[in-house]
This record gives sequence, structure tokens and C-alpha cells, in this order.
Amino acid sequence: MWDYSEKVREHFFNPRNAGVLEDANGVGDVGSIKCGDALRLMLKVDPDSERILDARFQTFGCGSAIASSSALTEIIKGMTLDEALKVSNQDIADYLDGLPPEKMHCSVMGREALQAAVANYRGEEWKDDHEEGALICKCFAVDAVLIEETIRANGLTTVEQVAHYTKAGGGCASCHEGIEEILAKVAKEVCTAPTAEKKPTPAAVPPAPTAGAVPPAFTLGAVPPASKLTSFQRMRRIEETIESIRPMLQRDHGDIEIVEIDGKNIYVNLKGACVGCMMEAATLNGIQTKLVEALGEFVRLLPASQLGRA
Amino acid sequence: MNPIYLDNNATTACDPAVVEAMLPFFTAQFGNPSSLHSFGNKVGFALKEARARVQALLGAEHESEIVFTSCGTESDNTAILSALKAMPERNQVVTTAVEHPAILALCEHLEKEGYVVTRLGVDKRGRLDLDEYKAALGPRTAIVSAMWANNETGTIFPVEAMAEMAHAVGAQFHTDAVQAVGKIAIDLKKTKIDMLSLSGHKLHAPKGVGVLYLKRGTRFRPLLRGGHQERGRRAGTENTASIVGLGVACELAQQHMAYENTAVKRLRDKLEAGILAAVPRCFPTGDVANRLPNTSNIAFEFVEGEAILLLLNQAGIAASSGSACTSGSLEPSHVMRAMGIPYTAAHGTTRFSLSRFNTEAEIDRVIATVPSVIAKLRKLSPYWGESGPKEESFAPAYA
Ligand SMILES: Cc1ncc(COP(=O)(O)O)c(C=O)c1O
Ligand code: FES
Repeated sequence: MWDYSEKVREHFFNPRNAGVLEDANGVGDVGSIKCGDALRLMLKVDPDSERILDARFQTFGCGSAIASSSALTEIIKGMTLDEALKVSNQDIADYLDGLPPEKMHCSVMGREALQAAVANYRGEEWKDDHEEGALICKCFAVDAVLIEETIRANGLTTVEQVAHYTKAGGGCASCHEGIEEILAKVAKEVCTAPTAEKKPTPAAVPPAPTAGAVPPAFTLGAVPPASKLTSFQRMRRIEETIESIRPMLQRDHGDIEIVEIDGKNIYVNLKGACVGCMMEAATLNGIQTKLVEALGEFVRLLPASQLGRA
Repeated sequence: MNPIYLDNNATTACDPAVVEAMLPFFTAQFGNPSSLHSFGNKVGFALKEARARVQALLGAEHESEIVFTSCGTESDNTAILSALKAMPERNQVVTTAVEHPAILALCEHLEKEGYVVTRLGVDKRGRLDLDEYKAALGPRTAIVSAMWANNETGTIFPVEAMAEMAHAVGAQFHTDAVQAVGKIAIDLKKTKIDMLSLSGHKLHAPKGVGVLYLKRGTRFRPLLRGGHQERGRRAGTENTASIVGLGVACELAQQHMAYENTAVKRLRDKLEAGILAAVPRCFPTGDVANRLPNTSNIAFEFVEGEAILLLLNQAGIAASSGSACTSGSLEPSHVMRAMGIPYTAAHGTTRFSLSRFNTEAEIDRVIATVPSVIAKLRKLSPYWGESGPKEESFAPAYA
């Protein structure tokens, strides 16, 4: 059973402002029966002052969904709409003395219902841009969608980088396998997608890195136009780049060697500890990123086993 | 008022006689059964006796077919990994969509490693289609793993027939009988089942002890290698006290088998009928005519399971739910989804699982409590109007 605070329990067993508000002039319906959470927030707003005179809710959901709804109505009653819109998920969670990480989405739903209700009152359309993935990191309540978007937007290749950008994985480390799977999935897509179809990745608002030692942010949209190197210079540049990476791999008991350069495809052999390791795809992806930066053109780094197939 | 425990498919209370039998093995009888002195001998003898008791409950032909493990999960993992290792020329696992995570999570992992996993679907009452099963079997099938009884609904699978069909293609057959053992009669020597998992804590023995039954002649590769315990099939010094407790629990289960299938079943039926009669818009899930005698899983429409459990708990009643929220996942139980239970009902599924320790008075109290719990939550639900569902008038964004 969840570790609910006294406050959550109290608001669940005795919810405030539950039920239909007959003369509501702003109604927000959000949620999904699929996910097992749905909420109708009803507001009575004074048209002159835009103050929330009354707020009631109906919720289909778990203990913390009901408690979050109850807390939300308590918080916003008496506020102006502009004040109410500043209420964050964290405010709702704080009001309840915290929610378990798995349950933070219950407070998100409250906030969205509020935005929807205000939009409804103002006669505006409220568009939901909400996408939620499976919870990957329980220490920091980070889901798969956020991790994947951040990896794409910043060309991340290691668990450490993901932890810098999203915090996910920076705690007990039990989610590292899950993060590695997402890294490998993204890396695979980047490696196999034909160049022509590359579209600039939409900037997915990553939080600023929290520590140093993060490689420069890189998105495919930022690839400079093809450079004017001669093919000899280009080959040298590729060799130099690979050479500069080798010590790092060797430190992890691995190594890399160039087998063939065929236009935009560069075939390499990963050796030693790199072979077959969970991170093989991610490693290739990281080196590819470096090569793209060094050459100023898009290239694909492929394992030599792909030679003749691509 | 004493709390009422109706979550016996999650775990059971140790029978007092089991605890009694275990206690000496923490103190005077502390010896290592592998030792040659008398400290060890006595314990070795106790293990032998426990093994015979498990053998009797399962109807196994040989005592040596019983391998003690640390839990049901270990038995499940050992069985599948062993088959794949022992038959490297075969790369397919056939299982069902409604297995316990002890099987499903392993299969997902095996899939990532390149094995082929076929998951058989079920119909809306949780039943397998044996034609689909037959079509899934082939010369590359290493092992079939199908649960004897489902932990959420109690639905029983025809594992004996399935084992025959697996053998016809040269595959091994494993069954996760964690929920079945002790609740329904089992006679393994009459079947073609190669491997079976059971777990102590589901039949009034302690947690952290299980059994893998291994039919004589089954090709096997151990999961844990080390000492020669369990004839080298499961290394590691035995959990002697728990194994002794499991032996006693098996003997008690055999003695109570008839009671389980008459008295406990009658209480379960009374509970289910009482709730269905008193609460509108709810229905039992699973194969009602063919399920464990102790389990009732009821889907309450338009209410959410965790909220039900919290209110029941406040009223002193312990049950469990297949809602997304109770598991921390985004979707309701995979068993409910496999049966195609609509989301409006799947989140409100509530499992009541009884044991021989439940009383008639308890069941009466539950029947009296449940309707008000559901009514309270429906009053809060936007999907529910004055006297019934009003789905049409509530269509939230991104629903
Ligand atoms: C069908 C089934 N299989 C396996 C298990 C796992 O058993 P254990 O908890 O002993 O690992 C359970 C128990 O939850 C179960 O119900
Ligand atoms: S779960 Fe991600 S660091 Fe602990």
C-alpha cells in the first residue's frame, strides 16, 4: 500500500467540496478512463472581479486523485483566476504534505482541470499537450516520455548525461537498466533512419544541465551544411576524431578501429569490452555525434558487420 | 472489531501448527543438513520428511522430484531458463498473456535477448483457445509455461491436456501452480507435466520458501550452481525451518482439501452472490464455473480500485485490486486487459480471496459493508449520476 501522508488520507476520507456545483460558469473535464483518473472541476467565478467564489469537483480515481482534487478546490477558492493559474502541481502536492512519486500525476491532473475550467469560463479552447509515459525513475518521478524527449533533443548517449539533464538515474540507480533501454532505442532509430528523412528535433524544453562535463548540446537540426574538405582532409579528420576517442574506450577496456569509409557511412569495429555490451548502440551513437561535429556534415557510424548491407 | 483478511491469494497467515513445527529449527535443531554429525543428521531427516509431505500433496511419483527453492518466482525462473539452456536447438517459449509477472517479466527479458515468445490470449471469461495453442507449438518450442490457476480471477487452465500437447512436439511443459496447490487436488504422476512451481506463503507456510517439481527424466540445468544441496539442482544451504514448515503446511492442506472445496467455496459463493445482489452495475470476472474455490473477482463499474481498497481497509476489510493505481503502472491489470474488460470496469476490479480461516460472520460483515463503499465513491465519480452511469455527459479531454 502507498505511503500516504496523514493529510492525503484525511482529504480522501473526508473530501472537501465534492459533488456538483449547480451554478458553475467554468467547467474543466480532464483525465482518462484508460489511465484510471478523471476529474471534473466546476468553478463559480464572479464576472466583475474574476474571483473564484466557489469550486467543487467530481473525481474518478485513486486515493491521491481524490485527495488532490479536494486540495485543489480548497487552495483556489477565493483566488482570482490569474492567481489560481499560478498554482502548480507542486503546490497541490505540498498542500497535502507530499505525494508518492508514482502519484505525482494526480496533482498534474488537478492543475490541468484548472486550466481547462478557466479556459471554459473565458470561452477559450483548451488544448491538452499532455503525454505521459511509464514511470522510469522513482527517486525523481521521471517518466519515459520525458527521458526520451530529452535524449533526442540533446543527443544524449549515456546514463550519466540523462541524470544531468533530467535527474533520472541520479539516485538509487535501480532505473539504470530502463534508461539504458531508452538510450539504445533512440540510438537505434538515429543510426538506421535514412538521412533524407531527418527532421530537426523539436526543442523539448530540457531542464538546464545541473552539473558540468556535459558535451555540447547537439540536435540533428543543428547539423551544419556539408563541409568543403577534400576527401583526403576528410579522411584525416575522421581518423583524428576516432583517435581522440580511443583512450576513453580503452579506459573501459574497449577499443575501436576504422574498417571502411564509404561516403556517408563509416564502418568500424568495436573491440573488447564494447562488443555486445548493452551500451554498444549508445557508444556508436555518441561517437557518431562527435564525427558529425568534427566534419560538419551528417555521417552514419555503423558496425563493420553491416558492411555490404547498408 | 477484528480486521477481516480476504487477500489470501496475495499471501496467507502461517498456520499455528506450522509455526510450532518450525521453532526448534531456529534453536536446538540448528545443524546444517549436509554435516555428518548428529546436529546435521537430525535436520537432514526433517528435510526428508518435509520432502515426502510435499510429494504426497502433489502426487509426485518420486521424492527426489521435489526441489526446494527460495520462492515461487525462483521456481518459475529456474524452469524456463533451464529448458532454454538444456535444449539450445530450440528458441521459443509459449506462455499465456495472463501469467504472473514472475513469468511475464522474464519472458520480456528473454525476448530482448533474441528468444521467441508466444503469448496466448484469453477470451472475455479468461479461457484459452486450445486450437490457438496447438498452432503456436512447433519444432522450435523449448518450453510451454501456463499457470494452473490465475491469481487474479482464480480461472483454472487445462494444464494436463496442454502438457500432452507440448510433449507431442518435444517441448517441456511447466506450470506455475502457486495459486492452485493446496486449493485443488493435484496428482502429478498421472500427468505429463514436467515442471511445477509452488510457493509456501500461499498455503499457510512462511514466505521465502518454494518448490520446483521436476519430473524424473526431465533435462535440467540449475540456476544456482555451488554446493551439492538438492542433488546439485539448487545449490545453497537449505532454509531448513521454512522447509519443515512447508512440509507441515502441505500435510494440513491435504487434510483440509475437502473443506476448501465445500465450506470455503460456499462462503465465497455467498459473498459473491450477496455483493452482486446489493450493488448495481458490477459483475464477476474470469471463468466463474471453472475457478479456484476461494477466489471471487468482482468488477465495480465507474469506481476506482485503490479508492475501494482504502475505504474497505478503513472498515477493517483487506482485499486487493487490479487497478492501475494499486500497481503504480499506467494501465489496469494485464489480466483484465487480456480479457477485454472495459476500462470503466477494469479499474474497479476487486479481488476477494478466502482461506479456511474465514468465518461466516466475517462474510456477512463484508456483504453489509461493500455496497456503501461503492455508493460513496460513485457519488464522487463524474461518470455516475443520481442513479446510474452518465458516461455520455462526461467526455474529458484526452480520454
Ligand atoms: C501465480 C503466481 N506465481 C508466482 C508468484 C510468486 O511467488 P513468490 O512470491 O513466492 O515469489 C505468485 C505470488 O504472488 C503467484 O500468485
Ligand atoms: S529510481 Fe531512478 S535513481 Fe532511483
